[in-house]
This record gives sequence, structure tokens and C-alpha cells, in this order.
Amino acid sequence: MSKRRVVVTECPGGPLLVRGADEVVGVDGTAAPVERAVVAVCRCGRSDRLPWCDDSHRDRRRKRSP
Amino acid sequence: MRLPQPCGPLSEGVVETLRARPQGLHAVPEPRAMGDVTYPLTDRDLQLALWVLYELHYRGFDDVDDPRAEWDPLLMVSRAALERTFEHAVRELVGATPQDAPALEDLGDTPAEQVTAALVRMTARSGPSEVAQFLHRRATRQEFCSYLAERAVHHLRESDPQSFVLPRIGGAAKVALAELQYDEYGGGRPDRLHQALFARGLASLDLPTDLASYVEQATGATLASVNLMSLFALNRRLRGAAMGHLAAFEATSSLPCDRILRGARRLRLPEEVADYYDEHVEADAVHEQLAIRGICAALVADEPELAPDVVFGATACLAVDGLAGQVLLDGWRARREDRAAG
Ligand code: FES
Repeated sequence: MSKRRVVVTECPGGPLLVRGADEVVGVDGTAAPVERAVVAVCRCGRSDRLPWCDDSHRDRRRKRSP
Repeated sequence: MRLPQPCGPLSEGVVETLRARPQGLHAVPEPRAMGDVTYPLTDRDLQLALWVLYELHYRGFDDVDDPRAEWDPLLMVSRAALERTFEHAVRELVGATPQDAPALEDLGDTPAEQVTAALVRMTARSGPSEVAQFLHRRATRQEFCSYLAERAVHHLRESDPQSFVLPRIGGAAKVALAELQYDEYGGGRPDRLHQALFARGLASLDLPTDLASYVEQATGATLASVNLMSLFALNRRLRGAAMGHLAAFEATSSLPCDRILRGARRLRLPEEVADYYDEHVEADAVHEQLAIRGICAALVADEPELAPDVVFGATACLAVDGLAGQVLLDGWRARREDRAAG
């Protein structure tokens, strides 16, 4: 079996698409398990579901909710 | 599933023909019947006739005895006539949609860049739709359930139309579409099949989970929004439009799903209902990127002449789904006014 590759793709103005990872560790140190083949990791910090992107990066008016 | 109750000359022609086979009545819609259609995009009779013909390519009907009905040449003629009227109306609606976007050529150097920029631009301003906002803050439990019932026609067949496109495209676009569909189809877990998640939500509210019950009550505009996906997916010439439609759909889904989820929680609906929308906030944020950058950009890099079709499909998605949303909102408003007056 070939070695599994982890690939990260940048989406301009949006998240990072991550393929092949097992978990993503958030800023608070909690590890979120990766449960789908491709996940979108938030880069803008506005998501209500960190570390995942919830499309809040579209809404320029929206303030980051604490 | 059984054939639905026809509601006019066009759906009657199709349903009667399917019941009568193999004796074979002639199903081609009469010019007069087509002439009676004033606005195909909300005409329930026309949309139901088309929906029945399309369904022959999906799971079919228990009360259609002849399995060859799917490829019956006369029914194909019928379908083509209905599709022509439908597609013409969609193109007119898209043409009438105000376009403040620059020409494709001005949006980037390559077709892939141009299409990516056009799709991002087109969907960028869309926040949660008016329907989602209504469900979030105002809908009663009954209104929320009527929304689920109306959308069931879409969700119980969710992602199936796009599967027809897989063999029609190649390379990186095919790989990205397969990746997206794999997620829609549960990522290897039958219990996470998105269609099944929606059915579980319906069941938790003691609503039926079979498609037939919902087709009987769906409006013409809702049937049109579902038929649009089949029109694009079942005609190879429209594969670019099918993928543009998918991109616009996914890119305008996460934020509304988040609102609908909050609405479900506000009304304390069962967790199974919330679960469906919860899954879609994250999933569709991924799918949006896959559809725009993975599928559409790769598709036009491969077949540059499809660029205008991709943009057309995306515009058609927003316009036709917008129309269906408006019909829903108008219905809720009218019923509230009736109650207030009565
Ligand atoms: S990147 Fe999408 S919400 Fe932050």
C-alpha cells in the first residue's frame, strides 16, 4: 500500500482544504477529529465552528463571535 | 412509488400513457395544451409532467408495468417538447436577471480564472436567504414543517442528478465531482447518506418519508427547481450548466443551513431535524470550494468553450431557486393574512 499523503490546498479569501489528515488542533489546544475525506479549515477566524470553515468568511460585516 | 395525481392536460397525457402502456397511447403534448402554459416556471401541470418523465430515469414507479418506458421513443418526444418550453423560459429568466458583472474575458487571463471569479462574485453577496431568515426567527412549527415538506422533493433525491454528469466530464473535474458526491453519499457510511439524514428528520416529526406524498403537494416552482437539475444533468450538451448550477447551489447553502438549524433549535424540533442542517453547514463549506475550484475551474481548463454554460447554470440556479423561495414566502404570508382576517 502506498504511503498516505496529506494535501493542503489554499482557497483565496476562504479556508484551507485538507485531505488525508486525522485531526486538526485548534488554537485552544483541542484536537478536532477529521470525519470526512476533505475538510475545510477556517483561516479567517470568523467561523462559529472553529477549526472548521462555516462560510462566515463571505460575510464581511459579521464580527467574530467570541 | 406510485404515479402522482395529474393536474392538467400535460401531466394527464404523460400519466395516462404510462398507465396504458404497452398498448401505447400517444403522449406527445398537444400544441394546444402547451399553448395554454403562460409561465412554464410556475406551471404545475407542465413541471409535473416533466418530473414524471425524469423520474423514469431515477427510481421509477411501481405502477408502470413496462420497464422499457424509460427509453420509449414517444415519451422521449414528449420530454423533448416539455424541455424545450422549460429551457426557453429559464433562458428568458436568466436573460432578464440584472447583470452587473463584467464580461468573462475581463475577469481573468484563463477560462479557469474567469469562471472562478464569476462564480465567487455571483454568490458572494448572498447571505442567508429570506426563506432561511424567516425559518430562523419567525416560522411556527407548522410553517417549518411545510418548508420541510416542500423541500423534500429535492432532499429525498439530493445529489442524484449530478451523478449522471460523472461519465460526461474528465480529468481533475471528474475526480473533484466524485469526491463531492462521495461526501454527499455518506463518505462510506450508509447512515450518513444525506438523503437518509433528511428522511430521518421527517420521520422524527411523524411526517411521511416517501417521495410520492411530497410530489402530490409540491408547487410548480419547487418542481421546476428540481427539474432544472435533471434538465442539465440528463442532457450532455448542458454538462457545463449542470456543474455551474452545483457550484452556485453549494456556495449559497452553508449560511442558510446555519439559520435553518437555529430555527429548528428555537422551535425545539427533534435533534434529527437539526442534524441534517448541522451536517450541511460544514459539508457545504467544503463542497463550495470543491465545486467552484475543483470542478468548474478544472472543467473549463479542459473544455474552455463551456465557460459561458457554467455561468449560465449558476445564474439559472440562483434565479429559479429564488423564484421557488418567493412562492414559499408568498404562501406563508397569504396564510397568515387569511388567519388574521378570519
Ligand atoms: S475561512 Fe471560512 S469561515 Fe473562516
